[in-house]
Amino acid sequence: MSKTGHMKLMLDQAAVRRARALSARVGEPIVRLAQEHTTVSVERATLRLGGITGADPEGTPWVNRLLDVVRADVGLEHGVSLPVWHALLRGEAEDLTTLAQKAAAGSVRFQVPEGREATRARTAARKQVGAGLRRIAARRRERERLVKRWGDPEQKPWIYLIVATGDIYEDMPQAQAAAREGADIIAVIRSTGQSLLDYVPEGPTREGFAGTYATQENFRLMRAALDETSREVGRYIRLTNYASGLCMPEIATLAGLERLDMMLNDSMYGILFRDINPVRTFVDQRFSRQVHARAGIVINTGEDNYLTTADAMDAAHTVTVSQLLNEHFAKEAGLADWQLGLGHAFEIDPDVPDSFRLELAHAMLARQLFPDAPLKWMPPTRHMTGDVFRGYLLNAFFNLAGAMTDQGILLVGMMTEAVVTPWLSDRDLALQNVRYVLNAAGGLHEDFRPPPDGFIAQRANQVLSESLELLEQILDHERGLLDAIADGTFGLMRRPADGGRGLEGVAERSPTYFNPASELLEAP
Amino acid sequence: MTTATGAAGAGRVVRPYGDTTGDGMVQMSFTLPVPYGGAHSKVAEGAAQQLAHKMGMDPAMVVHAKAMGPDFTFFVVYGRVHHLVELDKVQVVERDYPLLSPKEANLAIRKLLRRRMVVVGACIGTDAHTVGIDAILNIKGFAGEKGLEYYREVRVVNMGAQVSVPQLVARTQQEKADAVLISQVVTQRDAHLLNTREMSAAFREAYPAADRPVLVVGGPRFDEGMTAELGVDRIFARGTTPADVASYLVHALALRRHRHAGAPGPARSAMEEVALR
Repeated sequence: MSKTGHMKLMLDQAAVRRARALSARVGEPIVRLAQEHTTVSVERATLRLGGITGADPEGTPWVNRLLDVVRADVGLEHGVSLPVWHALLRGEAEDLTTLAQKAAAGSVRFQVPEGREATRARTAARKQVGAGLRRIAARRRERERLVKRWGDPEQKPWIYLIVATGDIYEDMPQAQAAAREGADIIAVIRSTGQSLLDYVPEGPTREGFAGTYATQENFRLMRAALDETSREVGRYIRLTNYASGLCMPEIATLAGLERLDMMLNDSMYGILFRDINPVRTFVDQRFSRQVHARAGIVINTGEDNYLTTADAMDAAHTVTVSQLLNEHFAKEAGLADWQLGLGHAFEIDPDVPDSFRLELAHAMLARQLFPDAPLKWMPPTRHMTGDVFRGYLLNAFFNLAGAMTDQGILLVGMMTEAVVTPWLSDRDLALQNVRYVLNAAGGLHEDFRPPPDGFIAQRANQVLSESLELLEQILDHERGLLDAIADGTFGLMRRPADGGRGLEGVAERSPTYFNPASELLEAP
Repeated sequence: MTTATGAAGAGRVVRPYGDTTGDGMVQMSFTLPVPYGGAHSKVAEGAAQQLAHKMGMDPAMVVHAKAMGPDFTFFVVYGRVHHLVELDKVQVVERDYPLLSPKEANLAIRKLLRRRMVVVGACIGTDAHTVGIDAILNIKGFAGEKGLEYYREVRVVNMGAQVSVPQLVARTQQEKADAVLISQVVTQRDAHLLNTREMSAAFREAYPAADRPVLVVGGPRFDEGMTAELGVDRIFARGTTPADVASYLVHALALRRHRHAGAPGPARSAMEEVALR
């Protein structure tokens, strides 16, 4: 996915620069907040990098059992690495999983070591967690080799399809069939409600609601199935899952270890749409993005969600602001432009006059604000009524807008959106729709130059200026973004910093806080 | 709730309409797990034809067949059916209460309760789709109608997504709610029905029958006639607007008042007043 090159839309360049400067100001205190706190999931991700695996007979992961004991003994604020590796050096167990089993049985007491003992614990932790990060780096190099061998998709945008049966063994053949039919990216939707679980389930799973649980074993199985199909179809099929919800850092880590290629990972989605505590989210998000940066994973952000709950015209600037903030947080965490699948969606009411021109304006604004990001283009959902014929037409216009504005990742819209989970025929028809449009007009973005003072350029500049106003409004709050989120500046959802799920899993770092993963991930 | 029959079409019989009255023409599409192409094509088309015949289409024209992968074929079939639709035997759930404007609803609530009506809303179970509940509750509303938050005499407590039943019951008691609105979009493995039954059972347990809040459930895949089976007072299907819900709640609370009071009380007069306008 390459740079679009030349300017196609006359954006007010001073406004663009100002938008970035304001986003940096909004983001700065949030980054500081993330640096000053840790969470249970950040600590568990660190232990997972250290090699802990498995679950107790009830299905609670050993990493949760271990963390809970450590926390009860010494608190969370110092990080778990010092007490855990101190216990290993004392000879309490030969490895982390055994240590967790012993701790769960009540036979290990943890303490925060000092002096030389602390130094030794730090050295041991760095070595073991560093090995985990090196495994992730090795999986990244493996991906680069396989992409070179099997190749990238021939066309752009890349075609993104969803499977969601709830059963990983059903998902695999469906995903393979979708790849043979033309999908370049397969996303396995998670079971509804996983985002609110404060642990990552274990093993292969066959029971999920409206999706399949994200587990390390499911990741491994699906990646292996797609490797098989990649070889067969002669292009590298990418696999997507969700690093969101309460276990973002852990899922990001597992994704890196199992060579997933893209992860849904938004900076504010969990706060606004899942009522997860804002501090928890920002801390988890930063760590997970640092892992994604190392793993060479492309993140997909969730701006489409703003438009499924609010009017796509009224809320257009909230999408732009969220993209700017996602970009800021992502880059701060070490992600490169090519890893930023910033989201946006085709959700304007088709009854609004000039709706397609307005969609083009919004899509081009995103394209031009983020010229080197792949951009994830999401199909209509809000105005899919059950009239499948009209829906098919709307999806064709969505595909056309994607082709005209050079989007990177196109999530294929289904005409049966809001009716049934996609049937085999729905998927086939949807792919025919995409192929027709890309074949007929795939290169249209080369010819499409809206006049600088025309309707499209004016609308784009208007959304940009509304975005500046919103960023300024956020900065007018005493505590900036946190207060803005608390008072409902984004959508109608009010999410105070001391409310929401997962707050009990957050701790302010003490002066002795130590986390080898954070330390290694911060290093350039 | 009343089950009404199509009085307007009493005795009328109709057939599907293609381009001529009574031609009975319908179209359908489906997939069969049979291969297509080469020697398989004739068999596949014949199989589609057979299905259409068994469904009552005669003649049936397989106008399109296309392989979807090596093992499946997609068909579009046009044809004539000979079934008659008897309009007087059509059964529907009709609105059995007057539709009120926000102003009228506010007025009725004030007369009825002499305080604001408290409505608790939530998506229960693992369902994270708040689209439905938000469309009804959020001030933004739906289809150009403002949501219940817009009603001055309604106090809305929107608990959002993935609320557990015990949480819901506790909050309802704490808020002394008059009505509980539940939205269920996810229907995999009949989750919407299971969740709704669990919810109504919990309310039956937590409240004496007379004090139980009005229980309303909504979602795109509910059958409006299943209220008794699910233990709720009302089910709303797709296309329901905030005014439908507000009007129903006023109606349900008035009925309760009336039933408790025994004789015509303020509740009834409020309703009559509204109904008379």
